[in-house]
Amino acid sequence: MSLLEVRGLSKAFGGVRAVANVTFEVNAGELLALIGPNGAGKSTCFNMLNGQLTPDAGAIAFEGQSITGMKPRQVWRRGVGRTFQITATFSSMTVRENVQVALLSHHGRLKSLFTRACDQFVDEANALLERVGMRPQAERPCSVLAYGDLKRLELAVALANKPRLLLMDEPTAGMAPKERIALMALAADIVRTDNIGVLFTEHDMDVVFAHASRMIVLNRGELIAAGAPAAVRADPEVQRIYLGSRH
Amino acid sequence: MSPDAFAVQFLNGLASASTLFLIAVGLSLIFGVTRIVNFAHGSFYMLGIFVAYSLVTRIGDSPFGFWVSMLLAALVVAIVGLLVELVLLRRIYQAPELFQLLATFAVVLIVRDATLAIWGPEDLLGPRAPGLKGSVDILGRQFPTYDLVLICIGPAVLAALWFVLTRTRFGVLIRAATQDRDMVGALGVNQAWLFSGVFALGAFLAALGGALQLPREPANLGIDLVAIGEAFVVVVVGGMGSIPGAFLAAFIIAEIKAMCFAIGQTTLFGVSFSFSKLTLVVEFLVMAAVLIWRPWGLMGRPGAATRNAAEIEVPLKPADARTRKLGWVVLIALVLLPLVGTAFPYTIVLSIDILVAVLFATSLHFIMGPGGMHSFGHAAYFGLGAYGAGLLVKQLGWPMEGALAAAPVAAAVGALIFGWFCVRLSGVYLAMLTLAFAQIVWSIAFQWDELTGGSNGIVGLWPAEWLSEKWAYYYLTLTLTVAGVLLLWRVLLAPFGYALRAGRDSPLRADAIGIDVFHTQWMGFVLAGAVCGVAGGLFAFSKGSIAPEAISVGRSIDGLVMVLLGGIQTLSGPVVGAALFTWLQDLIAREFQYWRAALGFTILVLVLAFPLGVAGSIKRLFVKEVA
Amino acid sequence: MIKPFPALFPAVCALALSIGLIGSAAGQAKPIRIGEINSYKAQPAFLDPYKKGMDLAVEEVNAAGGINGRKIEMVIRDDGGNPGDAVRVAEELVSREKVDLLAGGFLSHIGLALTDFSKQKKVFFMASEPLTDKIVWQNGNKYTFRLRASTYMQAAMLVPEAAKMKKKRWAMVYPNYEYGQSAVATFKEQLKKAQPDVEFVGEQAPPLGRIDAGPVVQALADSKPDAIFNVLFGADLARFVREGNTRGLFKGREVVSLLTGEPEYIDPLKDETPEGWLVTGYPWYGIDTPEHKSFFIAYHKKYSDYPRLGSVVGYTTIKALAAGLKKANSTDTEKMITAFRGLAFESPFGKVTFRAQDHQSTMGAYVGRTTLRGGKGEMKDYKYYDGAKYFPSDDEVRKMRPAN
Ligand SMILES: Nc1ncnc2c1ncn2[C@@H]1O[C@H](COP(=O)(O)OP(=O)(O)OP(=O)(O)O)[C@@H](O)[C@H]1O
Ligand SMILES: [Mg+2]
Repeated sequence: MSLLEVRGLSKAFGGVRAVANVTFEVNAGELLALIGPNGAGKSTCFNMLNGQLTPDAGAIAFEGQSITGMKPRQVWRRGVGRTFQITATFSSMTVRENVQVALLSHHGRLKSLFTRACDQFVDEANALLERVGMRPQAERPCSVLAYGDLKRLELAVALANKPRLLLMDEPTAGMAPKERIALMALAADIVRTDNIGVLFTEHDMDVVFAHASRMIVLNRGELIAAGAPAAVRADPEVQRIYLGSRH
Repeated sequence: MSPDAFAVQFLNGLASASTLFLIAVGLSLIFGVTRIVNFAHGSFYMLGIFVAYSLVTRIGDSPFGFWVSMLLAALVVAIVGLLVELVLLRRIYQAPELFQLLATFAVVLIVRDATLAIWGPEDLLGPRAPGLKGSVDILGRQFPTYDLVLICIGPAVLAALWFVLTRTRFGVLIRAATQDRDMVGALGVNQAWLFSGVFALGAFLAALGGALQLPREPANLGIDLVAIGEAFVVVVVGGMGSIPGAFLAAFIIAEIKAMCFAIGQTTLFGVSFSFSKLTLVVEFLVMAAVLIWRPWGLMGRPGAATRNAAEIEVPLKPADARTRKLGWVVLIALVLLPLVGTAFPYTIVLSIDILVAVLFATSLHFIMGPGGMHSFGHAAYFGLGAYGAGLLVKQLGWPMEGALAAAPVAAAVGALIFGWFCVRLSGVYLAMLTLAFAQIVWSIAFQWDELTGGSNGIVGLWPAEWLSEKWAYYYLTLTLTVAGVLLLWRVLLAPFGYALRAGRDSPLRADAIGIDVFHTQWMGFVLAGAVCGVAGGLFAFSKGSIAPEAISVGRSIDGLVMVLLGGIQTLSGPVVGAALFTWLQDLIAREFQYWRAALGFTILVLVLAFPLGVAGSIKRLFVKEVA
Repeated sequence: MIKPFPALFPAVCALALSIGLIGSAAGQAKPIRIGEINSYKAQPAFLDPYKKGMDLAVEEVNAAGGINGRKIEMVIRDDGGNPGDAVRVAEELVSREKVDLLAGGFLSHIGLALTDFSKQKKVFFMASEPLTDKIVWQNGNKYTFRLRASTYMQAAMLVPEAAKMKKKRWAMVYPNYEYGQSAVATFKEQLKKAQPDVEFVGEQAPPLGRIDAGPVVQALADSKPDAIFNVLFGADLARFVREGNTRGLFKGREVVSLLTGEPEYIDPLKDETPEGWLVTGYPWYGIDTPEHKSFFIAYHKKYSDYPRLGSVVGYTTIKALAAGLKKANSTDTEKMITAFRGLAFESPFGKVTFRAQDHQSTMGAYVGRTTLRGGKGEMKDYKYYDGAKYFPSDDEVRKMRPAN
């Protein structure tokens, strides 16, 4: 049984078929890259996986159980973390507080009215920040971070509930090449040590080919290729509509 | 009621709809482009009718002179609007969201007194429009000729605006800015001039709407608030920024009102019911229904993120040692106050009012600041607390202590129900739905004579014997206020408060880490409502009476003003703002004859000097890293 | 370096203190301080003239040597048009300004809040203008007196003439709040008594200050009344009248209208003034009693303007207080109450008495017909109706008024 099984997933916006009958799996211990040109439907796909959008058709199963149509917070509780293409963080909090909120939520403590939040899960938060390399900036207001740092913070937040599946929508966008490599190395490390699955989208093919265990290709909402990076790279159709258009 | 009668009433409705549309459309444009909640819009309307009066009585004898007067009046007010934008608003676009509202509120106060000073206290009924003085026979009824012209003016203005918006560069920019403000900046357009132009155009339209009323109603002080209320309802029902939406909404509301009068007094299910009395709130009922059904108004669109990028908030922190020390000093001073109070007895009286205001404003800040829900109807919970306590004493004979304890419960029940609807919305729509509910509560208090005493309210609500001395009541108020404020602060620094802020900062992220944003905000709403109810209860017993004013729009706005004046981004903001505003109001009302204008100018000075609010700007001096 | 503040501060204080001391040392007998509370900026049309009338009376009283040798001194406050602030300034007047008694009030709910305040704090209160019956009846108390003819009295004054019209079908139009409601209730009840076959065919209650005159006038016309009873005033009245004239609502119909003959409300109508409405009001241009003449001349001399009804109320408030204080010869609350009960005093409208049973004055009003003269609205065929004749029986009053 795969970690995540997606069957016939479809979504249309008005006349636009953003995602059409897409089927794939993510296994524990692998980094699966979802690639495709702009507007291919990658983010839409992510948004259906974590419950932000309801699919028009299709089924999503996580660890063998259907999560189709669940709300994002329910999907998260099952162990699916995500980052956003456009970072979503809590700008009125410090870096550490962002992680603390996720930890508090994970431990079901957010309903507490009187305990002091900033004293809770400090060590755990620091450890997570350490892991993504944000420990030195823990006290800074989140609103002043550089874009790359925000992406790393998001990753720390996404890791707070010890997810078994991590969805990362363009995790390295806006980063310097060196940072990209570091971040993906980190992701690969997490996959290895925690034996989780990662699904990520990425426009930088160097990053993809360097880190992905497998890849799937979307074009105009349809899945056009899947397999090992080398095989996909060789696929003539992929070359034509995607790689060809870029190089 | 005959079909003929309904047909003519329908025409009446059309005439009113034109008027409503003209009032509202400028507000919609201004909001769409600048995102300013412009309270002064009603003042432009009022100025329009007064200026038109002065012009028409001088040069309006001929049809030509009359219509020139109309346009001139609108132009004059457009220049006033332009000045307001250039001199005032332009300086504070970078301030946190809604802060500009404070400035426009000050303008309302100043314009009101300026109008009184210039035109005097008496209502000024203008002459009829030359050439359109009489009536025509429609279905056996005399219908005013001028109203027929009005019926045509509304659609004509709609068409003219449509032309400007689709066929001119200025119009294209307006539409672009309405949809996506950042885009205009990106297009390299001089945003400042676009804003000024739109503001002046909005003022022009408001004033034109006012001027055109001259043959129908006297120029009088007080129509500014009437106009602004109606304009907001129309704009929101239609969808903020949507001009056809404003037209449709004006049509619907005016027709419903006309039909209410047409039906008048009828018997429904054996109960006599006055539809004409329903007109007191019918527009707010419509607004509530529309917003529940369509959260972005009839023709509005789910707004792009309206959050101002410039808005950077310093993270909330538990008080440091220095702040704590200051807190203790203030608290000890407050506890010792009654000792000097014997020498200055009024100090205690005023302090009670200040403390009640502090509790009111802090509860509003709780949902408005960290909660991100801008309530324009917070007075509803103040009123529910006050009336709840009052009714328990008067109708059920409860002791004062018990009734006061029940005040937060009454308010919380209201907040539980209203919050459930409001929290689903966001931005201005949420604000207006809270206002609609507040108006509905107000109208019930205002109308239900047997229970609430109607417009006179409930009198004879004095504290229990042991609290009858002013200092005793002061200590009660102090205790409850300090407890309430500390409670809300504590909650904001607790996980729940973080969840609340998380939901405001990024609903997307909050949802993606397991936070039930709706539920969190709903409970935040209820908690704020409950604390506000305590303030209401304290108020009722300190005044010995309670009247519908306690639930009025005016009180809700006072709350907004206090929060913004103190600084929405700091915990101490509402405390400072409430104390300052209440004290200033008391002082200025006593010292100045034209106290509204004096208060308005004072607020303007504060607005310009403290663009983050008084407490916010002072705090900023001490906080090093922000950007 | 010189620090300006610490150095200046004591000096300023000393100066302020010495001025205060000199001020109080100069007067011989302690003045009587009257705290006056009103919605000056919320209701300027009535209260501007009111204040002028008040000032005139204070001047006259003090020029005549004050009250038993004591001058009167006014401490005036604006209540911002809301009862919460009104009660606060009342507290301020009592506790800080140490006034001997309170007066004022325009809006009914503020009047009631102050009425209750006076009872709670045992302070003498002269409600000058608020009309609601409750001030002296349902919520009456021993500390509160009211000068102006109440809603009940004014509505009742119109009933005999209205009954004489012998109109069967009546429609009502009134602002939707307590004043409008109780005026209509009183009028209906009394008219029904005087003319049992009367029918009430339509009722329109638009919101105060926000009448949609077109639909209201249309709906009234469609109910085909023979006569209309109107309680609208101010801007609502002007809208209603203009719309009614244009649409021919008043043609062939009698209209009975409360307060419309008061200059505050009829003057703005100018050439729009309808002909022949039966109204209560104040025809200042034609009252030739000596009391009124002297008032009128003094007022005109001081302000070069004619008095409005507000002027009369403001003026009479002070005159009534002066008379009562003189009789009491004390500012002790209990003594003042005793003195004011049954007190008779002179007003521009003639002799007026404060009834002992409910503390309501018998000040009346003029009832007449409206007419247009020289492009302006006036009253004609008017007569002064003494308020004393328009009360419910003492028994009924006793039932309504709580004993204390
Ligand atoms: N909320 C929406 N409403 C309407 N259309 C949408 C919406 N979201 C996405 N689309 C459309 O669906 C298609 C797929 O969009 P999506 O954001 O999933 O693409 P993507 O592969 O993530 O592209 P990118 O690489 O630019 O992030 C696009 O044509 C987009 O315009
Ligand atoms: Mg995408």
